[in-house]
Amino acid sequence: MLKYLMAKNEDIPPGSAAVYFGFSAITWFVIGTGLGAFNAAKLAFPDFVTGLEFLSFGHMRQVHVHAVIFGWISMAFGMAMMYITPALGNTRLWSEKLGIWNAFLWNVGLSLGLTVLWFGMTSGREYSDFPWFIDLYIVAFIAVPLGINVWMTIIHRRTQGIYTTNWFFGAATFMLIIVFIVGNLPEYFHLTGLTEAYLTWWFAHNVLGLWITPVAAAIAYYTIPKVTGNPLYSHRIGHLHFWSVVVFYSTPAAHHLMSAPLPEWLKSFASVEGVLILVPAIAFVSNILLTMQGKWNMFVENLEVRFTVTGCLMAIPLNMQGGFQQTRAINWYIHGTGWIVAHAHLALLGFSTFLEAAAVYLGLQTIMKRKLYSLTLGNIHFWLLLIGFTTYWVSMTIAGLIQGAGKIYEVPYIDVVIAEHPYMIARWIGGSLVFTGNCIWLYNMWMTARAGTVVPEGRMPHELAYER
Amino acid sequence: MNFREYKIGARFFALALGGSMTITLLMPSFDINNVSATEVAMDKQLWAGAESGFNLDDPFLLGWHKPLKVLLKTDPKTGQPMEPTYAYVYEKGTTFPGGVLHPDNLGGIAKQLSIEKGRIKEASKNVGAVFLVKADEQKHYYIENATATMGWTPEAVEKAAGDENTLHAAAGKTLFVREGCWWCHTLLPEQTQDWQVFGAPPMLGDFNGESPTAFGSDRKAPDLLHVGSRNASKEWMMLHFFNPRLVQPHSIMPRFDYLWGPVDANGKKIDFPKWRAEYNEYREGKRITPPEVPMYARNSEIRSLIDFVLTLK
Repeated sequence: MLKYLMAKNEDIPPGSAAVYFGFSAITWFVIGTGLGAFNAAKLAFPDFVTGLEFLSFGHMRQVHVHAVIFGWISMAFGMAMMYITPALGNTRLWSEKLGIWNAFLWNVGLSLGLTVLWFGMTSGREYSDFPWFIDLYIVAFIAVPLGINVWMTIIHRRTQGIYTTNWFFGAATFMLIIVFIVGNLPEYFHLTGLTEAYLTWWFAHNVLGLWITPVAAAIAYYTIPKVTGNPLYSHRIGHLHFWSVVVFYSTPAAHHLMSAPLPEWLKSFASVEGVLILVPAIAFVSNILLTMQGKWNMFVENLEVRFTVTGCLMAIPLNMQGGFQQTRAINWYIHGTGWIVAHAHLALLGFSTFLEAAAVYLGLQTIMKRKLYSLTLGNIHFWLLLIGFTTYWVSMTIAGLIQGAGKIYEVPYIDVVIAEHPYMIARWIGGSLVFTGNCIWLYNMWMTARAGTVVPEGRMPHELAYER
Repeated sequence: MNFREYKIGARFFALALGGSMTITLLMPSFDINNVSATEVAMDKQLWAGAESGFNLDDPFLLGWHKPLKVLLKTDPKTGQPMEPTYAYVYEKGTTFPGGVLHPDNLGGIAKQLSIEKGRIKEASKNVGAVFLVKADEQKHYYIENATATMGWTPEAVEKAAGDENTLHAAAGKTLFVREGCWWCHTLLPEQTQDWQVFGAPPMLGDFNGESPTAFGSDRKAPDLLHVGSRNASKEWMMLHFFNPRLVQPHSIMPRFDYLWGPVDANGKKIDFPKWRAEYNEYREGKRITPPEVPMYARNSEIRSLIDFVLTLK
């Protein structure tokens, strides 16, 4: 891929940027989940690898979070945008060279950012942990070039209308830039106190709500109709989904600070808006599941559909939790417990990851014109991810309920730690399964590029039979 | 983008996102900016300094250019005994906290008193300054620049206090951020049941000038906002940081023995492998007592971290 950095745009084969993004994303996924499993082992066994500052939990935890969010999830989004945006516009990517540079600078910047975080150079603000020079780098060399490529491809499309997926891609890349600039204002202008605390969570909420959730959903809007051959059930519901994300998902930031002394009107407002997140959620899930009408056999038979529909089904408990756990009636019990950790993993490792994994499977096979090397390895990947994640989610939810009970009944804290111990071990096992699955995936994709069956011109990969 | 629908859509999109940001950013900012700093906020920003996360004064979070909190028992000018008072020492070149740099941040009467009675606008980074938190007769708290009002210089105050009465709490907060303590320990007792165990939840004006607030979100360990009031033992803290299992066998906290640095208080090299081997023997029942934890050096990182924890009253 690096040889294309200096090539002329017209000499770069179409889809190269998407392949670069796709393999980078899988590699970051392996790194990110490996770090996650390592950190989980430390919570289960505190003397596992001890006495070294740079292998301590406090130095590694944020590296795991950012490797997964900005490496895996966001680069998988980049892959999806490089591949799906031109496909839906019946055109080529506006600039393949910009895409290649974007992926290259993304990997360089993220490596640099994770290294400084690892050494402890942090802003001390959760989810916006990167120091401000990395934030500026992300805006200038990651978010803006990605946005320009997506917007210009949409503008230069050769279709009349714009399909649902591309509304989301175009809007989410724009909103990511706004969120990154505004959410990091405390670092540029040294804002302090509650302003700083509130903006921290404004950023954390919106980077999930206006970037990760809508783009993941947009991917499903492409994958399911494309692979099943069914048209999208309803564009009207798609409209409802899009507009309610912008209106409802962008407003409840304060519900992350329900126990902080923020103005009460703000917390009440955020809480009500938080329940309204169910509007885009239900619109999305029903739209995708209804699109599956008559093709439910593919949920069993086709890997990409199975990944996507599993992710959509996980959006149901995710949004039921998300809508209600932030109300005062429930939040006082589970705030700050492992329940929230389980919920965050349901959003990123459950819902979102499954949708992106499908897009990366589908996109890489289509662009490289190679059938997936091994169905067996693909199935093993799916089940390791699903079983590993479920183990993680169930154990952390139970641990969270124990912590919540310990909190309100004022149990001495150490008794809570003792009670949680078995669930910490289960969490580590779940995380390790996910990590193992991803190593297998990377191997499978690498072998697909090298030895996958060639897909003939004009055919989709899922129309061919597997050979292994 | 030639469709009329897309032009309308783009305008609605701007309206929706702009409206959302007006309600969630602009409107709360009026409320939050109208809050006056409390005594807690003045104390906290003065001992913690301008910024505990990444900043150009201390890019590697090593505790460079940080203020000191000292307990004065003698007057630094006359040497006469005086009522014990906490003073905040900003040596030359140390950036002042938000409330001093931007008195608007203190808000209302606190701003007025700090400027008029406290003379904080006369403080200069090029000479350094010593600050106090004072109250007038009506119990209105304000920041006083003791360098301007009483002629206390940073050097004289440090000398009068002595090392045993000096707290490196600001450098300690930097370590709290760098070492990721806040991934497990919150600094925010919740407004529901928490105040009975972890102390009073903070008030609206308790954070003015502090950055980062490091509330934490995932409480895998006890809240620390008032930990210095619950446990003020330096010895306990020392054992607990070196190896938490020494004082709490079920703790899952990591060991922070690496913060001791290479040598102990007497300048003797600390033999970590030997300590760990002996500790393992103790754990396996081959020794009756655990090996002794070395006393930390005065300028070690662990000293500032313990000073920070004990400052959280």
